[in-house]
Amino acid sequence: MSILNRSTAPKLAVHNAGRKLFGSKFATITVWTIALIWTVPTFGLFVTSFRPKQDISATGWWQIFVHPHFTLDNYTSIFSTGSVSGISNGILPYFINSLVITIPAVIFPIVIATMAAYSLAWIKFKGSDAIFYGIFALQIVPIQVALVPLLKLFTGGAHVGSITLIPKLGIAGTFAGIWLPHTMFALPLAIYLLHNFISSLPRDLMEAANVDGASHFTIFRRIVLPLSVPAIAAFTIFQFLWVWNDLLVALTFTGGTEGINPLNAKLSGLAGTWGSQWELLTSSAFITILIPLIVFFSLQRYFVRGLLAGSVK
Amino acid sequence: MTLARHIIERELMSSFWSDNLPKLGQMFGGIAVFLAVLAAIFFIAGRANGKKQRPIAIVVFLGPALVLLTVGLLAPAIRTLILSFKGSQSHTWVGLSNYKWLFTDDTTRIVLRNTVFWILFTPIITTGFGLLLAILLDRMRRESIAKSLIFMPMAVSFVGASIIWELVYKYADPNKPQIGLLSSIVRHLGFSPSNWLLTQPLNNFLLMIIFVWSQTGFAMVILSAAIKAVPADIMEASALDGAHGWKLFRGVTFPMVRSTFIVVLATMVVTTLKLFDIVRTSTGGNFGTSVLSYEMYAQVFVRFNTGRGSAMAIIIFLLVVPVVVFNIVNLRRERTIS
Repeated sequence: MSILNRSTAPKLAVHNAGRKLFGSKFATITVWTIALIWTVPTFGLFVTSFRPKQDISATGWWQIFVHPHFTLDNYTSIFSTGSVSGISNGILPYFINSLVITIPAVIFPIVIATMAAYSLAWIKFKGSDAIFYGIFALQIVPIQVALVPLLKLFTGGAHVGSITLIPKLGIAGTFAGIWLPHTMFALPLAIYLLHNFISSLPRDLMEAANVDGASHFTIFRRIVLPLSVPAIAAFTIFQFLWVWNDLLVALTFTGGTEGINPLNAKLSGLAGTWGSQWELLTSSAFITILIPLIVFFSLQRYFVRGLLAGSVK
Repeated sequence: MTLARHIIERELMSSFWSDNLPKLGQMFGGIAVFLAVLAAIFFIAGRANGKKQRPIAIVVFLGPALVLLTVGLLAPAIRTLILSFKGSQSHTWVGLSNYKWLFTDDTTRIVLRNTVFWILFTPIITTGFGLLLAILLDRMRRESIAKSLIFMPMAVSFVGASIIWELVYKYADPNKPQIGLLSSIVRHLGFSPSNWLLTQPLNNFLLMIIFVWSQTGFAMVILSAAIKAVPADIMEASALDGAHGWKLFRGVTFPMVRSTFIVVLATMVVTTLKLFDIVRTSTGGNFGTSVLSYEMYAQVFVRFNTGRGSAMAIIIFLLVVPVVVFNIVNLRRERTIS
């Protein structure tokens, strides 16, 4: 559109007059001022994480413009063994926990949701629309409502009177005990979004495959999965950030087991125990937000798509 | 000396790997088992033919999701409702007394007050600010970097955001140098800084700033897309009619993006109601900053009162439902129009 406007100069003038709520210069200056203010706190954290311990407590981080003095010591200490109180092996194990929690907690719901979305869209049966609307409606259930009973199910099973419906699963405090709730909580949104996409695939394609005698399993693998890649990618990014940045599910289902505690939850606890040890807190915080920031800056367009898609969650 | 250190380091490294390799093994093992089971079911079920093929396909494709949703969301939601009518250990029925406590106790009154503050202020400030930025961006020739910078906090977890802002709010003794940006600015302006996060009720608003900082970019990006979708000829026509500035905004721009504005606003209300991370990381719910969602967690896992925690969860649910339903209806209407 902008090229078109540039080639027709008079039209550009009118267009600009129409958009003139503010002067262009005024807009540019204001936006850049706000962008600067928005960036300063993060920049402060970043700079502080590279300052020597004694400098941090003596002067504000903006003093680096006068006395530039940097060190990597903070990062060596948070990654090394035994040198930091409050954690025994540095923060690397928590980083690994985050990965071990996040990757399956992204793959599982996406596979299960894609399967469900395909069947609801293309293997219609009596009541399939009702089921779809039921799943759609489950989006309104805040996870707060499900936390306590689900944890009780993991630790004690489900019983009606003396009859055991579901035996004690014994997965509380294990990685499976976090993968499962993340998978469950992701499904309503994932099924809804993927259903929107998969139901709009061309009907001719499905019918041609059916005529050729392909089973639903073949159609799913050969046609639906490859064609759904854009929708799956958008949801993958959303779910990845959701799980990596999650605190509530992690706190509830790790049950304080340090061996499976993810980085973000550990960081939230350290904010209390490390109180004034800013050299450790800032560097750990930076490591925690690093992966999401990389995802953000490298996949920004898909990131926006994922966010727009998941904005109701 | 160096040899000893070398040996110690090697020992520690090997203990690190012996601790962490099994975790990675669990991850790959978990994924492999999941995919293998799936492949096996597909293989077996795919061999069925004739009349059985359809029902088997339905069960295989839809079954796992339905089981997980029933066990993970539907049944727990119902059980939470039941637990909210029971006592702290869920042994005795207590009727509505958890709800009565929720609305009459002195401590919960502060929690409810804070929650109302949050709902009244944060969604409208965040969305309004996002709209202002979206309009300003529309007037700029090159916007990408500034836009990215304002949007960036969205990728940072609320925990990370809280620590970033704790550094801003950091307070030191008056006779020591202030290393927090806010304290330093306040002192340069000639006032004496206070211990911000302990100052009630100001600390609530300082926590809200963290939320606004984090979410404004989201509002901006969505509203920016909505403004770009306003047809240029409508703007031209109204400009030729002499509309400009505030009049143009009120008469043309805002009505065109109103439905998007409301959707974003409602989304913010829901995020605010579920807000937990900022309060837990910044103040741990102390100093009069707790909100409903944090208190629900604290009641269950800190004070071990399942009944009261469940009642709070149900109240969150009841507050969220109308907003989400409203939002979904709005979204659907918008989609059918466009």
